[in-house]
Formats: sequence, C-alpha cells, structure tokens
Amino acid sequence: MKEDTIAAISTSLGEAGIGIVRVSGPEAIKIVNNVVRLKSGHPVGEAVNFSLSLGTLIDASTGEDIDEVLVGVMRAPKTYTREDVVEINCHGGLVPVRRCLEVLLQNGARLAEPGEFTRRAFLNGRIDLAQAEAVVGVIRARSETGARAALWQLRGLLSGEIRKIRRQLTELIAFLEADVDFPEDDFERLSKEEIENRIDLCRKEVRKLVAGAEKGRLLREGVSTVIVGKPNVGKSSILNALLGEERAIVTEVAGTTRDAVSEIISIGGVLLRIVDTAGIRETSDIIERLGVEKATELIQDADLVLFVLDVSTAISEEDRKVRDLIQGKKGIMVANKADLDHHRIGVTEVEEFASGWPVLWVSALTAEGIGALEEELGRLVLAETELQESVVIINIRHKLALEESLKRLEDASGSVVAGMPVDCSLVDIRAAWEELGEIIGENISEEILDNIFAQFCIGK
Amino acid sequence: MESEGCALGYAAGDYDVIVIGAGHAGCEAGLAAARMGVRTLILTMNLDAVALMPCNPAIGGPAKGHLVREIDALGGEMGVNCDKSFVQIRMLNTGKGPAVRALRAQADKKKYQIEMRATVETQDNLEIKQATVEAILVEGYRVRGVVTTTGAMFRARAVVVTTGTYLRGRIIIGDLVFDGGPNGQFPSVGLAKCLRELGFRLERFNTGTPPRIHGGSVDFSRLEVQPGDDKLFMFSFLSEPRRIEQMPCWLTYTNTRTHEIIRENLHRAPLFSGLIEGTGPRYCPSIEDKILRFAEKAQHQVFLEPEGRKTCEIYVQGMSTSLPEDVQLEMLRSMKGLEKVQMMRPGYAIEYDCLVASQLKLTLETKEIAGLYTAGQLNGTSGYEEAAAQGLIAGVNAVLGLKGEEPLILKRFEAYVGVLIDDIVTKGVNEPYRMLTSRAEYRLLLRHDNADLRLTEIGAKVGLVSDDRLKRFKERQRGIEDALEEINSRAVGPGESKLQEMLSEVGTAELKGGARVADILRRPEVRIQDLIDIGVVSDMKADVSEEVEIILKYSGYIEKQKQQVERFERLEGKTIPADISFRNVSGLSSEAKQKLEEIRPQSIGQAARISGVSPADIAVLLVELEKKRRRGC
Repeated sequence: MKEDTIAAISTSLGEAGIGIVRVSGPEAIKIVNNVVRLKSGHPVGEAVNFSLSLGTLIDASTGEDIDEVLVGVMRAPKTYTREDVVEINCHGGLVPVRRCLEVLLQNGARLAEPGEFTRRAFLNGRIDLAQAEAVVGVIRARSETGARAALWQLRGLLSGEIRKIRRQLTELIAFLEADVDFPEDDFERLSKEEIENRIDLCRKEVRKLVAGAEKGRLLREGVSTVIVGKPNVGKSSILNALLGEERAIVTEVAGTTRDAVSEIISIGGVLLRIVDTAGIRETSDIIERLGVEKATELIQDADLVLFVLDVSTAISEEDRKVRDLIQGKKGIMVANKADLDHHRIGVTEVEEFASGWPVLWVSALTAEGIGALEEELGRLVLAETELQESVVIINIRHKLALEESLKRLEDASGSVVAGMPVDCSLVDIRAAWEELGEIIGENISEEILDNIFAQFCIGK
Repeated sequence: MESEGCALGYAAGDYDVIVIGAGHAGCEAGLAAARMGVRTLILTMNLDAVALMPCNPAIGGPAKGHLVREIDALGGEMGVNCDKSFVQIRMLNTGKGPAVRALRAQADKKKYQIEMRATVETQDNLEIKQATVEAILVEGYRVRGVVTTTGAMFRARAVVVTTGTYLRGRIIIGDLVFDGGPNGQFPSVGLAKCLRELGFRLERFNTGTPPRIHGGSVDFSRLEVQPGDDKLFMFSFLSEPRRIEQMPCWLTYTNTRTHEIIRENLHRAPLFSGLIEGTGPRYCPSIEDKILRFAEKAQHQVFLEPEGRKTCEIYVQGMSTSLPEDVQLEMLRSMKGLEKVQMMRPGYAIEYDCLVASQLKLTLETKEIAGLYTAGQLNGTSGYEEAAAQGLIAGVNAVLGLKGEEPLILKRFEAYVGVLIDDIVTKGVNEPYRMLTSRAEYRLLLRHDNADLRLTEIGAKVGLVSDDRLKRFKERQRGIEDALEEINSRAVGPGESKLQEMLSEVGTAELKGGARVADILRRPEVRIQDLIDIGVVSDMKADVSEEVEIILKYSGYIEKQKQQVERFERLEGKTIPADISFRNVSGLSSEAKQKLEEIRPQSIGQAARISGVSPADIAVLLVELEKKRRRGC
C-alpha cells in the first residue's frame, strides 16, 4: 500500500534564525518542485543527492516569492524514513517557515501526525526493534504537547466560533437527514432557499475565520510584547523562564543586555514576539543609552508590556520612570524575586504601584509563578485578539481544516443552487461538518441522530 | 467452557448447522446454509410462526429497502418472498437523490409467512422442526449442538441463534404484565439462562406495537387514501413486475381529544410508571411518548395499513402504545373515521433480553465460543430487514467457517449490511438499532439500484447465486458498460437540430459548439430518456438506462465518495492479529486498552472507529503491529 507524502516543521518553533521544513514520501520531490525555483534553473528532481541547492520558495497560487531557501534532496532508501525526503531550510525566522509549510500542504503534502517521521522510519525498517519503545515515547510525547497546545487554543474564541457554526450545521444536517430517512413523517421540511441560506450563513462564518487566519497581523507576526524594567530586575531571566531555556545573556552586572533580543514563544496557541529591552535608566554609557532609546520606541510599538519589578528592593525613582514610559499600555506587572525571604515591598504597595495592571508574583530563579504568568499572558493575548476582531488561528492543522470546510461548503452551496438532490449536497455538508469537528475534537455521528430525534417527532 | 446446568437428552440427529428460530433472521440463515450444501436444521418454537411479522406489515423504505436489495443480490430470500406477497408497493423519495430512493412494500402478512415456509420446507439439505431449545451444548470453547425442552439432543458443528424478542420476553399492557413472546407467542426462558451461564452479557431492550382494528368498522369515506404506485418496481433482481390489484393505505390523525385522553391516563402508562425497564427505540416512540415530548404538536399522523388480503385486520401505524386496553380503545375512537372502530388486538410493549453485540466478531460468530453465531433482534437491532440481513451473513459465515474458508465480511463502502454489522459490533448500541441511510457515510455508493452490481458476484462466490442469474447479471453489467462507453465517447454539435430543440424544450441552453454527450446528460434538466428519444443515445433496457443515468449524472459526488473510501481503506487494510494482547501494548492509553480488549477490532480502521481510541493510540498500534511482524520473521 502506498503511503502519502507528509510535511512538518522539524525545528522548534521558538528558535529564531533558521527553520527546516521536512517533507517525506513518494511525492516529496514533485511537491517541492512545485514550490521551489532553484537558482540553477534545474528542476528539484535533478538536484544531486544529499547536496544543498539554493533556490526561491514561491507561492504557486500567487506567484509571490516567499523566501530564499536551501533545498536538500535525499532519495530513498538511504534516508531517515527510507522514503524520498526533501528538507527546505528557510531563514528569516518563523513566518517564512510557516509559509513554507503552508504552500507544501497546498500542493499535496499532508501535515505529519505527531511523531510520524519517526514512526515511518520505524515502519520502513530504518529503526530497529530495540528502539521501538522510544518510537512510542515520541508519539506519546508529541501528541501530548499537541493536545496541550490545542487545549490552550480551545479556551479562546476559536472553539466558541467553531462550535457555533458546527451547531448550525448539525441542525441543518439533521433536517436534511430526517427528510431522507423519514419521508412519510409529518414535520417541517426546508425549502431549497432555506437550505441555501443556511449553508451560506455557515459559509460566511467559516470564511471569516479563514480570513482571520490568513490576514491577521497577530498570526503573521505574533503579538509584540516587550519586557521592561530597570536594570538587573531579572528581565532576561523572566524571558528565559518563559522560553524554558538559556537564550538571552544573564549576568549579575547591571546593563548586560545591550541589544533588544527578540524571541518567539507560543502562548494560548498565539505567538508572542517578546523583546527584552536594555535596562532603562539614565546613563552616560552611549551604547547603553541607545538601548534605552530603543526600548522607549519598542514600548510605543508593542501590543503588550511585561513590567518587571524587583520586590527584594524598594520601589525606586527608576521604577517610577519606567512606569511613566508605559502609561496607557496594556500589560502585566511581574513582581520578581518573590522567592527571596524578605520582600522589601508589600503586596498592597505593589498593587498600588501597578495602578490597575494585574500583578503576578514570580521567581525567575525557581520558576515559581511562571505558569501563572503564562496563563495571564494567554488571557491578555486572547483579549487582545478580541479587540482585533479577528480570531487567531495559529495551528496550521486547524487552518487547513477550516479551508477544507469552506471549500466543501462552497461546493455544497453550488450543488444546491444547481438543483442537485439533497443526498449529493450532503456529501459536502457532512464533510464540512466533520472538518470543523476535527478542530475541536468532536466527531460523533450519533450527534446528528440525537439531533434528529430531539427535534422531530419521528416514527411509527 | 462447559455448559453446566444445561441437561443432556436423547440423540436426535447430527447436522452441520442448526439455526435456532425461524423468523426473518432464522429463515435466511437456514436457507443460506442449506443452499451452500451443508446439512441444516431450523428449530422453531412454533411452526405456525415461521417468518412471522408481529409488528407492521411494511417491508423496505429508506435504508431498509436497500438492505432487502442487498439480501437479494447475495442470494437471500427476503426480496423474492416480498415480491410474491406484497399488496402494495411504492418507491419513496423519488424527488430526492439516487442514494435515498427506496422501495417500500406492504406485505400480506399471512401470505408472506406461507410463501417463506413453503420455500424453507422444500429446500434441499434443510429440515425444519418445532422445538424449544433449552440449552446450547459447548465443549472446550466450541459449540457442539443443542438440547430441546422435550429432551432431544441435536449435534451440530455450528449453531446460529436467532431468537428475536423471545428471550425472557415480557408483555406489558397498562398494569398488566405477563411473560410472553411477540403477538401471542410463548417466551424462551431456558435459553436466556443458558446464554448467561455460557458467560454472555445480555441487556434489556423494549419495543412496542400499536393496536389492530377491524376494517369493517372504519369509515374510509372520511379518510385520505394512499394508493400504491402505478409503475411497479420489484425488490428482487429475479422478479418480473407483477401486475396485481394493489390495496391502499389510509391516513387519519390524532387530535386534541386523543391527546387529552392520553394525558388523563399517563399515570397508567407503564413507560412512565417505571414498569418498563428496558431501553426503547427513539425512532419508534409510543404515542404517549410523542405527546409528552412534542406537546406543541396539535396532531400526529396515523396510517391505516391492511394486514393482508384475506383478513379485515388493519395495523394502526403511529399508535404504538402500552396504555391499558380501555384507554387504547378510547383514543382510537377519538379519531376521524374511527369513531365506531372495533379493536381486534391491543397494542403492547415487549421487553426482551438481547446480546451486547461487542461480544461478536464481524462474522457474527461469538468471540468466546467457536461455531456459535447470533443474528437479528437478539443482537440489539430492530426490524425485519435488519434481522434478515444478519441472518444471511451468519448463515453464510457458519458454513464458510466449517469449510475453513475466508469469512464474508462486507465493508462499510460495500453494503448497508456491512455498515450495520460494523456499527453494532464496533460502536455498540444503546437502543434497538435501526438501519438509516444517514448511518452509511458512503451512501452515494450504496444505492439500491446498484445493490446487484455491488454484491451479486460476492453472492456467487459463496455459492448462493445460480449460474443462470449470474449470466443475466453479467448481461446487465455489459449493457451498462457499453452504454457508458458510448455516451462518454460520443460528441455532438450545434448542427443537430433535434437535440437543440429538445434542449430548449427542457429549459436548458442550446449547444454553441461541440459537446460530449456525457456532459449534456450531466445538466440537471436533461434526462437520459430525452436523449434516447431523439436518437442521440442508442436505446437500452430501462434498468440499464436508470443505472447509466445515475452513474453519469452524479459522477462528481460518486468520485468524492470514492476518494473518502480510499482514505478509509488505508487503515482498513491493516489487519490486527487475533491473538494480540492490547493490555500489554505499552503506550496505549488505559481507556484505549480497555475498549480495544472489549471489542477486539480486526483492523486498524475498525480500531479507529472505537470511541476512546485516539489517533495517537492508533499510531502506537501501528508500531506494535510492525514489532510483531518483525519478531515473526
């Protein structure tokens, strides 16, 4: 049996700089050839085995250039999965990597399931039996991470919106199914126009979600978040704690972080582009000074601000200055070093100083309170996205499902207009319904029957 | 596993297959086994109740009619028997698409029984006897035979149990409760006990039936008439349309008075007084249930359906009830046309034991006891057609099992029968299961018009389709292929004046350039007969043109469904070895382990349909299968 071709981002999403998208399967080379134009002018299929070729990633549907990429072609069977594998190295950070994956999926690749590359490697005999347990471990771990991410996401608007559309579709399907399965029962039937209207209503809603996914600035660039505070309050440590790894340089000497460091993390399924600023204070050091000016500018442009306060020392003039800079912004007051025995500042004092911002007590050192901080960030981010009036869809799997759902609704609408019978239209309506169900993890066909029996007085 | 407590008796005979029960499942099982050439015995508690239709006189309708056509294509009897005994036939859903059109017949109930019994009695290799089975004999996890209440012990290599609603049957009418089978029959008590002792899990379902009335006491002049179709279609591929004088059905309605009577007597309704414990079907609610749940409805339809030609008895469809007899009469008499009606039998509810179907394989053999099969309402389904379909499959697989051949398991994209069995075994049922077209995700492929195309060759392979029929089937198949070839390859132009005339007549645009005939036929306004009439398409038999038209007109949707099937097959093709211990597969969630152990799916696809088994569990299972494969070699 022939397998299909899968693709996935194989580098961690948080890393800036380079990103690799891996494609594996019988169609891998063909699909990549559709989205990459090699500088050499040759098709990707002619690239030398196990070499890197320079090329341009293009969106075949618009002809737009996305990024300059390096393409590595590895032909079966001497590859990780024992299938044809192509790796595309994108640079320029997260956005091109995601776009790269998207165009691959649009051109016939399927998004890999959790741990699927490893699974294929195993199933194709690349990994020996002794490592099988490890394969299972990978599958479990990946799917659990995925489930956690999905859960975050589902707390947001997206699931509510989808549930709403899906409920409308369930009701429509129930109407149509009851009509075909109980032709002689006495209940209201929908007119062609009503069916059309109901499909169109759902179509509009799904289209809005898809548009949000495509155009949303927040999706493309992430919510820009800036970490501010006077020197050595632990801004970089907070960033690292959020990233879960050592990235920005942390030292005990005030003012080490000279340049703004930009990192991307995913919270609540939404990307946060976090910028750590140089410590803000009056300084004679010219470089340090440039850093401060930059910070002021960054604050103005930011969507969210994390204001870090060191609670082991008293609130200083510098802290107040920082607070002045962030007037009118949205954000969180992070009361750091809460682990130290003697807080110099009391809870009420911080609350007062925060002037309406939520306060979270954390210790970047022991990671205490970091989870709560993430949650609060997630909450704010979602509120932010509400303000933007676009529901943010970050998960490509979800976006694909929405797109497919939209396509099937359009087909359904077309078939109703063309006068096709209801059992034909139902093929598409049910497919659209199932795609939405995939996103929120609800796909029980019993649901439709339940709806029929609840709505209609049916039966002899 | 020994069947302790089940007494042994005198040696009464040896058979290959014994079928317990001679209802719709039992008759099909017995006939199929005998026709496949093995010595078969049917045991029934009452020879006068062979193929009894204790509930409505109707056979077919959406999904159920599909099942009948499938039974017929596989070489079963229900379609043929119905064609012999119908008093009315109608095609339903004609205004809708090809997937949901379906035949529905009103049968002459007695004639249906007589015809079926004659077929059974005259079938080679088949015996039928009146006996009540008390026990099933099992030795070492293999079925060995049965023992009857009269002490007869019949040995058998396979046993098919089709006991319908008889197991510990209990009839409820108002506050009257007594042990009984359907429609005045006796219940089967010993066998229910024996099945429990053999370790099977049984549950309690209930269903109901409406009162019957005397036609002579109905004022038909005040009722709407519902006649049969003028153009007749038959269920069986083998039947020629039979011109008969059809009997009409009649339509009346409940009214506010009827509803008042019911409400006033709700305290006497066993459904609400707690007297009924079993789970009833939602698609077949009693009238008291309908009035309570849909209080806003001012009236409900009531169809009066004749029970047969030589009886005045009429079935009151829509009035299923277990209210006391006096209330039943009162509510009947509150309806238009029934003011002076005579009730001949009261409606009743029946509670019965049925098997939790997850204990079965997809062959309908029990997982625990080799050679023991179950079919019909015993498996938690409802309906004559659902029962017959399972009976046929169980009978076929009993014989294939004896011969050591590959079992017959129809896939979800091959037949409604496949959907039905997969549903009850894999997904489980929590109410009597009725076949609905909405349960078939590939329904555009599972049409009643192509049941023969889908299944005749499968029926022939197991030996249930005669050579003559196969020959006729191949002719039809060739006719369809030729016509498709012709229509797909022929092109026409605007110069064809007859064609242009026809196109504008049916209200679609005339041709401006050349076009393929197939594309013209795809226009919703154009019918194939229009093209035949003007000579653009050669003449062909009506059953061929119907098929060709559907295949071409709906090709886009059929194609979409085929793609869905392709995706489905990826997982379905991966079989799981029968000896796998899901409990010991590390990495499976504990819920998945428990569900997989209970249902023991035979393929990865089937496993994926079990609720509680996640995609990650499926991935883990795939790895496990590969591990097993490598260790094996």
